[in-house]
Amino acid sequence: MNTHVEFIGCRGVRMLFLLMAGVVALLFNGILHAEEDQPVRLLATGSSTVAPLMTIMAQRYEKSNPGIRIDVQTGGSSRGVADAYRGVADIGMVSRPLGPREKGLEVQTVALDGVTVIVHRDNPISGLDKEQLVRIYTGKAVEWGEVGGPSGHALVAVSKSAGHSTLALFAAYLGLKPGRLVARAIVGDNQQAIKTVAGNPNAIGYVSIGAARQARDDGEAIRLLPLDGVPATPEAVARGDFPLSRPLNVVYRPPASKAVRDFLVFARDPDQHDLIRSLDFVPAP
Amino acid sequence: MKRRDAPLLFFSAISAGLVGAALLTIVAVVAFESREALPGMEGGASLFDSEWDPYSSNFGMGAMLLASLLLTAGAVVVAVPAALLVAISTNYYLPSVLRGPARRVMELASGIPSVVYGLWGLTVLVPLLSQWQQPGTSLLAGVIALALMIIPTVMLVLDAGFRALPSHHWENALALGIRRGRFVLAVALPAVTRSLTTGVSLGTARALGETMVVLMVTGNLVQIPGSVFEPVRALTANIALEMGYAMDIHRSALYVGGFLLLLLSMTIVVISHWVAGRYRHA
Repeated sequence: MNTHVEFIGCRGVRMLFLLMAGVVALLFNGILHAEEDQPVRLLATGSSTVAPLMTIMAQRYEKSNPGIRIDVQTGGSSRGVADAYRGVADIGMVSRPLGPREKGLEVQTVALDGVTVIVHRDNPISGLDKEQLVRIYTGKAVEWGEVGGPSGHALVAVSKSAGHSTLALFAAYLGLKPGRLVARAIVGDNQQAIKTVAGNPNAIGYVSIGAARQARDDGEAIRLLPLDGVPATPEAVARGDFPLSRPLNVVYRPPASKAVRDFLVFARDPDQHDLIRSLDFVPAP
Repeated sequence: MKRRDAPLLFFSAISAGLVGAALLTIVAVVAFESREALPGMEGGASLFDSEWDPYSSNFGMGAMLLASLLLTAGAVVVAVPAALLVAISTNYYLPSVLRGPARRVMELASGIPSVVYGLWGLTVLVPLLSQWQQPGTSLLAGVIALALMIIPTVMLVLDAGFRALPSHHWENALALGIRRGRFVLAVALPAVTRSLTTGVSLGTARALGETMVVLMVTGNLVQIPGSVFEPVRALTANIALEMGYAMDIHRSALYVGGFLLLLLSMTIVVISHWVAGRYRHA
């Protein structure tokens, strides 16, 4: 029995040794080859609203520029600002104007979008004015009957979590501080907000117009409500009629590398306007 | 020590050293980053406050700590009996042809990524609950989704325990005329106490650290829930929502949350060792 165990031990050890040697060899190979023939990688982080646009632009750009790879991560506009400033990301995606304390960054507006209020498809309400929205999002109205909807239905307000520009913009529009918004559920990005509202006939939320229209056209059970009587459409945003428009910005810390500059020139080229429109955004003028 | 053992011992020592160093680094980083927010905690007010509002520098974690504890405890209370039932029926009541498939199903289920449970929770469970009691995203939704997630894990540990029982237990019981049900309760169950402890602590640790599921189904409201139907925010979900952009003291406060989670995990390990020690005869 002794020899049996030792024999297996020896063979096992040899295999372990080979395995570890193989891993080390791979690592060394990666390190040695790190500088040569590797694609230039750009990292774009931030707004979950801008991310889909950045992704399709990156795909088109990579096709005609094989030496470059662009990675896109979400996390909210504030993350985009923070990462660009810290140099963690090459490009920050920010779906709002920069604030007075967000200095040291260059901004380029690629497209325009708006923030729309969404409700479940089966909700009959035709619209909500600012005063009603304020009551909903300060917790003063708790039933749909109080704001002109069907009575006997609880209001389930859905809000974005801190750090998302949609929250900051919506709160500003309502004249409230972002931290003072009251909701029954808090979500992370546009898609989670849309799915939460689509799953509950009593829910109300606010998301990017582009994201909402795309989801609705894909069959999600939501409706977009007009704001101040203006329907939530890209056309209204383009005309400047929509009361809650916002720029879709890319930010970077100067000086930008050549790779970043070239990509940004590409992104703002009118040839790419079809991509912007395909997501229900409006090309920046 | 035989000379032939030396290489194996060498590799074991190196591996253990590397893993230990990595784990210690994680703990050290979390503790280090927490430093900044801790003075605020020591003031007494902040740590167990229930208000969390980064915009006004309120970093009270009490409500979220409670939520994490409630979610974990709830999930374990639901999952362990269910897993026990499945493990017992697989080993003692199912026809032998079904045993293999039953185990495969559990193994498959244990491999499902947790974000899938989250997606299912958001698109199926929450709307269902919302019809019963608004808003749907709630502590209860979190408990159900977490319990479903950890049942396979716990069941597989228990199953391994049952299978390891020497067959002479069963044979002796047959010879004595003890009925199946009695056997399970009086002989098999006490014999797998060790596995039960392991399974419970594994399930607890998994539920405590789960982020995506709770992020998607619990509603993420920082509050002390008045009922199981109210939304809550777990410590893990809080970190996931805010770490991306948090700076300075806000970031440090999030690390404190992480540190709390580490402490809770270590407590679970200590407790399970203590409980297992008391049942050493099993």
